[in-house]
Amino acid sequence: MAVIRAEGLYKFFGSKLAVANLTLEIAPGEIFGFLGPNGAGKSTSVKMLLGLARPSGGRATVLGRPLGDVACRARIGFLPEHFRFYEWLTAAELLRFHGRLAGLDRRTARQRAAHWLDRVGLAAHAGQRLGQFSKGMRQRLGLAQALLHDPELVFLDEPTSGLDPGGRWLVREILREQRARGAAVFLNSHLLGEVESTCDRVAFLREGEIRAVRPLVHGALAAAQGSVPVEVRAGGLGAELLAGLAPWAEVVAWAGDHLRLEVRREADLPAVAQYLVAGGAAIFAFTPRRATLEEAFAAIVGREAGL
Amino acid sequence: MKLLLIAAITLREAARRKVLLAAALLSAGYLALFALGVATQFRGPHAPAVLIRQEITASLLQLALYGVSFLAALLAIVSSLETVAGEIGSGAIQALATKPLPRWQLLLGKWLGFAALLAGYVAVMTAGVTLVLWLGRGYAAPHLFAAAALIWSEALVLLTLTLWFATFSSPLASGVAALGLYGLAFIGGWVEQIGALTGHPGAVRVGIVASLICPSEELWRRASYLLRSPLPGASRFTPFGVASAPSGAMVVYAAVYLAAILALALRHFSCRDL
Ligand SMILES: Nc1ncnc2c1ncn2[C@@H]1O[C@H](COP(=O)(O)OP(=O)(O)OP(=O)(O)O)[C@@H](O)[C@H]1O
Ligand SMILES: [Mg+2]
Repeated sequence: MAVIRAEGLYKFFGSKLAVANLTLEIAPGEIFGFLGPNGAGKSTSVKMLLGLARPSGGRATVLGRPLGDVACRARIGFLPEHFRFYEWLTAAELLRFHGRLAGLDRRTARQRAAHWLDRVGLAAHAGQRLGQFSKGMRQRLGLAQALLHDPELVFLDEPTSGLDPGGRWLVREILREQRARGAAVFLNSHLLGEVESTCDRVAFLREGEIRAVRPLVHGALAAAQGSVPVEVRAGGLGAELLAGLAPWAEVVAWAGDHLRLEVRREADLPAVAQYLVAGGAAIFAFTPRRATLEEAFAAIVGREAGL
Repeated sequence: MKLLLIAAITLREAARRKVLLAAALLSAGYLALFALGVATQFRGPHAPAVLIRQEITASLLQLALYGVSFLAALLAIVSSLETVAGEIGSGAIQALATKPLPRWQLLLGKWLGFAALLAGYVAVMTAGVTLVLWLGRGYAAPHLFAAAALIWSEALVLLTLTLWFATFSSPLASGVAALGLYGLAFIGGWVEQIGALTGHPGAVRVGIVASLICPSEELWRRASYLLRSPLPGASRFTPFGVASAPSGAMVVYAAVYLAAILALALRHFSCRDL
């Protein structure tokens, strides 16, 4: 069963369309990257799914419940875009309070707060007031707050914003932990690197609309449609041998040891390699060139810097 | 219960604000000044007769508690201003509103926290004023609990109005609006008083309309009426007397008004985008 199922969600602010026809399905244990430029509607989409903002149209269920269901929020974690809270609370007090609100009993809340303070590297600052925290420290605390009740579904709105490299690695590690635990993560971001290194699937949003949804395999975008360009460096290539590739691939260029192929389907890559080896080619390199996330982003969303 | 968690943290939050410290200092000063006044009065060769003394003491109590009701009203408005509107503005509310408790409980919890704060404030101040009069004069005020409850209710009316405004406007605008209504009720009350004393029914009607729009002053006047000197007709000559006493019906109206505004606030807060 899908943890999130949205069908045609819309959001208007006055006459401005912020999110148009948001339709998606997210499976348990999936890390879903939601990519888009500033103002694309990422945060608004998340707010609708969390019941913070009322959709202007459309339907959705989260954890099998309609939007705005109160009880199922105990199984959801959320790191808002700008995590702010009472400045006078200490880090430990804040986590305990959020744990209690999320439904943990006093003792468990205390344990989890201590555990997560340590996990996000703030153990030494447990008794320090939020007012004295730097931006990155607040962000780490916000992350702990989103996760300390072991939610089944976590929404993170730009979790690495304001974090140092150590913090970014931490986020990556935590994301993998969450996946291993079986939790689904909805990750809002415009940082391609962080999405590339963690997500199972990524949606590209532009002007409120999803332009494409692509699976990511080991950090690389799976081929969108059909063909994959492949660079081959091999000895013993011959015209006859290459002609036999016809069922799977097309030869784009061939000069000496260098060969460029266009393989029709990603699934045919092993067959091509096997055929070449069987035909006597001595392969030094066989490199499918998958589009990087950045290229895909540029192609789908565009490169303009303005809004 | 989660509602109480919110109430407790709201109370703690309010207690940490500079506003409360300022209010405490101001109130302590106020009580000290009042004690000084009570201690120095009626000294010397021209001490008035016993009946008049009692009359003056009753007026002193009204005067002192009027000050308390004013401070409580200000505290209600100023301390609650930032909470809802400020937290929506800063986004702090988002981490709360996505927790498993309904939005109305979130706001009601805050309301309860402030209500408790105001109850504490009114109780301490009323006790202080009464104690000064009792020690200084041996004067035991009548209907003290009822009067304190009415003063608290007045503060609750303003608290509820402020929270309601804060669900759809900025902290500054909410504060100005609540203060404006308080002022309207205050002036309306005086127009009614003067109208009653001088026999102008039109003025009385204006006052009644004002107190229907915001029944805060009316609650104070009911308290003041309960605190008046037992001598018939005497207190109308003092500035805090009651020429036209608010009826019990007005108190019922105020209760209904309070409940209605609170319901509006909860409803609006539950529906809006955060
Ligand atoms: N409360 C609001 N009132 C009016 N317009 C809004 C409101 N919130 C968002 N918008 C508009 O909706 C659009 C989407 O905003 P949103 O915050 O969802 O973008 P985003 O993708 O999260 O951007 P960013 O990467 O900058 O966080 C923007 O054009 C924004 O101006
Ligand atoms: Mg955003």
